[in-house]
Amino acid sequence: MEKYYQKETECAPRGKLRELQSERLVSQVRYVWEHVPYYREKMEQAGVSPADIRGIEDIGKLPFLSKDDLRKSYPDGLRGVPAKDCVRIHSTSGTTGKRVVAYYTREDIDLWDDCVARALVAADISEEDIVQVCYGYGLFTGGLGLHGGAEKLGCMVLPMSSGNTERQLQFMQDLGSTVLCCTPSYAAYLAEVINATGVRNSIRLRRGIFGAEAWSEDMRHSIERDLGIKAMDIYGLTELSGPGVAYECSAQSGMHINEDHFYAETIDPDTGEILPNGSKGELVITSLTKKGFPLLRYRTRDICILSEEKCSCGRTFIKMSRPMGRSDDMLIVKGVNVFPSQIETVLIQQGYSSNYQIVVDRVSNSDTLDVMVEMTQENFSDSLGKITANEKSLVSELKTMLGIHANVHLVAPGTITRSEGKAVRVIDKRKI
Amino acid sequence: MEVKQISVFLENKAGKLAHICRIIADAGIDLKALNIAETSDYGVLRIITDRPEKTVRVLSAENLVCRLTDVVAVKVPDVPGGLADVLDVIAKKEISIEYMYSMLTSSVSGNAVLVFQTTEVPEVFAKAGLSVLKGSDLGIEE
Repeated sequence: MEKYYQKETECAPRGKLRELQSERLVSQVRYVWEHVPYYREKMEQAGVSPADIRGIEDIGKLPFLSKDDLRKSYPDGLRGVPAKDCVRIHSTSGTTGKRVVAYYTREDIDLWDDCVARALVAADISEEDIVQVCYGYGLFTGGLGLHGGAEKLGCMVLPMSSGNTERQLQFMQDLGSTVLCCTPSYAAYLAEVINATGVRNSIRLRRGIFGAEAWSEDMRHSIERDLGIKAMDIYGLTELSGPGVAYECSAQSGMHINEDHFYAETIDPDTGEILPNGSKGELVITSLTKKGFPLLRYRTRDICILSEEKCSCGRTFIKMSRPMGRSDDMLIVKGVNVFPSQIETVLIQQGYSSNYQIVVDRVSNSDTLDVMVEMTQENFSDSLGKITANEKSLVSELKTMLGIHANVHLVAPGTITRSEGKAVRVIDKRKI
Repeated sequence: MEVKQISVFLENKAGKLAHICRIIADAGIDLKALNIAETSDYGVLRIITDRPEKTVRVLSAENLVCRLTDVVAVKVPDVPGGLADVLDVIAKKEISIEYMYSMLTSSVSGNAVLVFQTTEVPEVFAKAGLSVLKGSDLGIEE
């Protein structure tokens, strides 16, 4: 039987939900107008005032917020409360090195935990479960996000953070973890190790909550088969809170958006025109309840389809498909957002040429990031030691910028493929 | 007192060295010494030619990354123990050598020539009693 964390909301009649959204949007717009001068200015430029927003049907009058706005307003231009009212921040990479910092009030965290708890219950997880969280803890929202939801639900949480597979497996066996939370590629890797080392029989996993990167139905099936679990998708982004913006139910056919907190639209990424539900477009989300970092009409750059079809689970929340791509050039590597422009920034700072190529691949279920860099006069020396020292410093600067390791390959000038004079920047060889 | 060496960025790919040597040959430049230091992905080719400036010009024109560096050339008798004696002197004077290689040339018959890259000035070699060669001794245009 389907279980719910907050049944009344999750299964509310559509009309009632829309009423709630309208009411919340009207007050949220007023709140933002009064507390976020950056957005107020955008509204003024667009000739809109809070009085023009009388309900959810007026949302199209509001200006969009983009990643570029987040960069321009760094570090706290979009914060909705004074710092003393915030209890936490999270951060994700920005387009040109400046990170995005998202602020949370105590209430924001509380509501975020609710959203995650809904996702866990929809995956048939209860307080009886032992939840092993192998998302990174820290600035990344994965670890603390799943942690907060699971703890709120009353599960016993293993705050493992990412990496150290041997220790993950030790705890998984010794403490009898029943739920695994991590990126799908790490789940696939764990499955491989578990089966190769013959410890499958001492593993008690029954559910997995996997997100933060793209994966396919095929990948889901092989993880489910290899770990003997049901694998559920979860969606979210730091700008809006983190995982739990949308979550899968027993139907496993798209993710229900927590519509009482997030209003979703799809738009044509070129014209900004709102598309009818059911057509493929860029997902735009308005945060209806957040106070610390209240983003209105935030362009996620994720391409997906929204569906109003009635779901067998009984939830009335609209469903979004898995993201099918991006309307910008952001890559997700090992669950981490990577923009080619970040790599370019580091290369130029380090005296390398802006002729580079990024190759992303998946080797034994783990993403790899390789950067081909053309050698320059400035970084060349007759001493091999000096060249390799420069190379090491480049690798370390990239790690600082991206948060993940990139393999650097120095190549001769003119060797990076150019088509019609423009370099092919990114080659993604992953078959997802 | 110093000799000009040309170093070239060399990708570790089939035919790259042949390509560079062909460019030099086509320009009518005579290769006098060659050395390669490598990693798994790339290497540094170090060469001495009779026309260093021209070598850099023709290689740069082919979009190759290269540069001129001063190195010290020392004459070593081509007899058993010739090199050992020279290195003993260098060790005693505590001259720090970054890299070295040898060249054989008819310009100084009966002798081999050692090429050193060091943080020291060439005078240190001469003061240590070693026979330091000029470019012209090796048939190199100044």
